[in-house]
Amino acid sequence: MEFKKENKLIFQGLVKEYGKKRVIDKLDGSVVNNRITSLIGPNGAGKSTLLSILSRLLKQDGGEVSFMDKSLHVYKSNELAQKLSILKQSNQTDVKLTVKDLVAFGRFPYSKGRMTETDWQKVQEAIAFSDLEDLTDAYIDELSGGQRQRAFISMIIAQDTEYILLDEPLNNLDMKHSVHVMKTLRRLVDELGKTVVIVIHEINFAAQYSDYIIAMKDGKIRYNDEVNHIIRPEILREIFGIEFDIIEKNNKKICNYFNL
Amino acid sequence: MRTKNRSVIYYTVSVCCILLLAWISLFTGVKDIRVVDLLGDEDKLIVFLISRIPRTLALILIGAGLSISGFIMQQLSQNRFVSPTTSGALESAKMGILFALVFSPEASLMVRMLFALVFTFLSSLLFIWFVEQVKDKNTVFIPLVGIMFGSILASISTFFAYKNNIVQNTQEWLLGDFSSVMQGQYEAIYIILPIVLISYLYAERFTIAGMGKSFATNLGLSYHTVVNIGLVAVSLVVSASVVTVGAIPFVGLIVPNVVRMLIGDNLRRALPLTAFLGAVLLLGCDIIGRLLVFPYEIPIGMTVGVVGGIAFFLLILKKSK
Repeated sequence: MEFKKENKLIFQGLVKEYGKKRVIDKLDGSVVNNRITSLIGPNGAGKSTLLSILSRLLKQDGGEVSFMDKSLHVYKSNELAQKLSILKQSNQTDVKLTVKDLVAFGRFPYSKGRMTETDWQKVQEAIAFSDLEDLTDAYIDELSGGQRQRAFISMIIAQDTEYILLDEPLNNLDMKHSVHVMKTLRRLVDELGKTVVIVIHEINFAAQYSDYIIAMKDGKIRYNDEVNHIIRPEILREIFGIEFDIIEKNNKKICNYFNL
Repeated sequence: MRTKNRSVIYYTVSVCCILLLAWISLFTGVKDIRVVDLLGDEDKLIVFLISRIPRTLALILIGAGLSISGFIMQQLSQNRFVSPTTSGALESAKMGILFALVFSPEASLMVRMLFALVFTFLSSLLFIWFVEQVKDKNTVFIPLVGIMFGSILASISTFFAYKNNIVQNTQEWLLGDFSSVMQGQYEAIYIILPIVLISYLYAERFTIAGMGKSFATNLGLSYHTVVNIGLVAVSLVVSASVVTVGAIPFVGLIVPNVVRMLIGDNLRRALPLTAFLGAVLLLGCDIIGRLLVFPYEIPIGMTVGVVGGIAFFLLILKKSK
């Protein structure tokens, strides 16, 4: 399934090196359309690097990314910003902007700073989609970590791209906010037909909410398959190097690795 | 909307302050000029036209320009303590002027300004590059390095100035002073007007760039282009003002921080208030300097330095608690 023709985001032979160290090594694969794909793997596996290359934040040292039948690097910045968005984990948080200001930035690729009626409507919709109506005029530096993350995701929603890439969106969030964020992403895919790729650390969130999983280790992709094919004790043990016990309930798998 | 009403109040108050202070500035000085004199007394009218009006305009323009520069620098460097004073920009402008004088003692205002511009731009580039290398943006560490960087530049300047018999000590040289602003010598600062306009047009881009490189790239913005445009704008304002009136410290540091506390970081919204409050600060400090030892004057660089130094200290205290 790795090279399905209809997939719009395909990569081949990706290599990235920092000095002598090769952080990702000849990656081939593709992202399935209209689904959530989770990138999992231990620290230093190259997940964030892959995500950065797929979103053109980082230039690869070798290999090719093809996006919607064109090479990723031929896109004009603005054109790409209307088709693919990326949210990194390290965002400037010490900024006195209102949630509305921030979400409105999501419209920048379209409005270039001159917001139309449609743009504001999209902003309103994005804020409503992530349940932030009550906080519209709050400053983001006064929000809790979870609310702030939702505000950033709301901006990405306003950006209204077909592809949405998120680097550890659950970082530092409590359980309630994590669930909220994942449910929002699920709705983006199910209701609006987006394609979402996330780097995620908690295996259970990946197991519960994603459709596909790309499992990485030591700069290589070990598996790229449907969730149910990945969430198996032997595979997870190979990736993470610890024991897993998989509990199945209502067709959903829960991984226990806490104290085995 | 509560915030809207608050903004209206801030704007009304600051505009009233500017008008009032401009009025005082126009009618304060050794020569006693009253409104009625402007109609009859030709001598007084000439003083009014060639000295008082240029001085007041210069105060307003430079106050506005330096404050906006500070705001832009703070956004681009993602650090609230960065400003022309705390990044070496003032010192590099001085250095530029000095080198212009070394190469040609008769260097015209235009040449001096050009030298100042190039030096300021290059040093800002260097400074921003340095800031990019530092991981934690929200530290007092960055402006401290900026101040040290400025001191190094000042020492180099002093060395060359001393060697070439231009000035004894560049530290006190070109200390901000509006007393010599006169018709025919201050027009370079009008460059601030178009810069303010461009900054307003680019306001959104500056704020986005201030959110970080990946944030800006995601929105299709060319991060480095925006940074360069910002630094050119800042360098133009700083070099024009240092050439005409000398170095005025702290304005670009204090005003943006006060404005941010009042109405936040969205530059599009904050820029006009930043300009107004900058003008109010300079007009106020200049009037104090003119009145304290009347009929003599204290240079504005000193009054602003005292007011700004204390405010800077308070800011750091507030930030680190």
